[in-house]
Amino acid sequence: MERIPILKMGEFLLVTIQVDMHDRLAMQLQDDLTDRIAATGARGVLIDISALEMVDSFIGRMIANIAAMARILDAQTVVTGMQPAVAITLVELGLTLTGVRTALNVERGMTLLRSLLDEAAGVAHDAIADSEDADVGAGE
Amino acid sequence: MTPRDTSVLPSVLQKRSAELLDAWIAEQTRSDGYRPDLIADAELRDQSRELLASASAAVSAGGLESPTHPSWQATRQLLNSIAESRATAGFAPAATATFVLSLKQPIFEALRKDVQNPERLADELWHATTLIDRLALQTMESTLEARERVIARQHEDMLELSTPVVKLWDGILALPMIGTLDSARTQVVMESLLQRIVETGAEVAIIDITGVPTVDTLVAQHLIKTVTAARLMGADCIISGIRPQIAATIVHLGVDLSEVATKSTLADAFRLALARTGHSLGRAPARERR
Repeated sequence: MERIPILKMGEFLLVTIQVDMHDRLAMQLQDDLTDRIAATGARGVLIDISALEMVDSFIGRMIANIAAMARILDAQTVVTGMQPAVAITLVELGLTLTGVRTALNVERGMTLLRSLLDEAAGVAHDAIADSEDADVGAGE
Repeated sequence: MTPRDTSVLPSVLQKRSAELLDAWIAEQTRSDGYRPDLIADAELRDQSRELLASASAAVSAGGLESPTHPSWQATRQLLNSIAESRATAGFAPAATATFVLSLKQPIFEALRKDVQNPERLADELWHATTLIDRLALQTMESTLEARERVIARQHEDMLELSTPVVKLWDGILALPMIGTLDSARTQVVMESLLQRIVETGAEVAIIDITGVPTVDTLVAQHLIKTVTAARLMGADCIISGIRPQIAATIVHLGVDLSEVATKSTLADAFRLALARTGHSLGRAPARERR
């Protein structure tokens, strides 16, 4: 059966969606990813959806769910490379992925993840939740 | 009513076509709508001849009852193109209608010569006048359609022109919005902004609404949507140029902009954007200035 590969890179998990998502594939990914986070104790998850050109309400919700679940499992989650059309569709559907961090491409996403983890290492957990995306790029 | 197979109109149109054409041209040159500056006499003659021939063919093919008959297809197309070219050339709609209506007089005269029986003549005239009226209406419609197309195209052009996305710095885009925001415009704005974010890999986008006269709930919602979509793609948005009245309106309307960074001027927003992208601004020491 078709699966979306989940790559482990150090303490990060990398998911790149390169095929057209369909409902079953999304459900499978959700199960696989949560299992892998639990099994590996990953601290960060990067989901690249730059190849995803179309979403419907179900896939949109699955992306939001997957990201939210990863966050609950104590892994920082970054969604990268969202296409304009996908972003507009998600906004129109009311799926604003609140609390999920985003980046323009995988490289920026990795930088963001690293800085999030550095921050997490130094500061208490509740401080992370309050911190702004904005402070990340400020180069402190 | 004259049954269609006994009407003399087709034969009159065929037999007297040259005579009709001359009379029609004469009639047109006498009318108010005659504009030799907009259309050359030769072209006018060509148009008239073509239209007359086409109408004559349509009438002979059985389309005597109404111009919706399939035999009028060619004539309708011809009228459409004539109306369109006249609209572009700057003819008033009334002048274009007169072009068709001025055919009445010549046809009536021709019919009067050929039909002796007064009752019969009345019927024939009625037939002819109905046909020509409907053709004229058709022409008016085409004229209006042509004008509406021009308006629609200009509207699109304006949409394109009024939403420039400018690059202020590496990784910083600005979108100065001018004029009233409606759904269609916001869609264009949103799309062009997101597209530019992809192209330039910008991290911060400043939406400047100094030129937006009023902000209502709809506009505010559009703004929030744009900001959210940009955030989903991984870019931050700053809204700038919020005038005091607009700030008051936003609060009175209960619009929640707390998720969005807002600044009163574009300069403030730019400073914030520079800070966010890791740049710092400062004055050069005096000796380096000229």
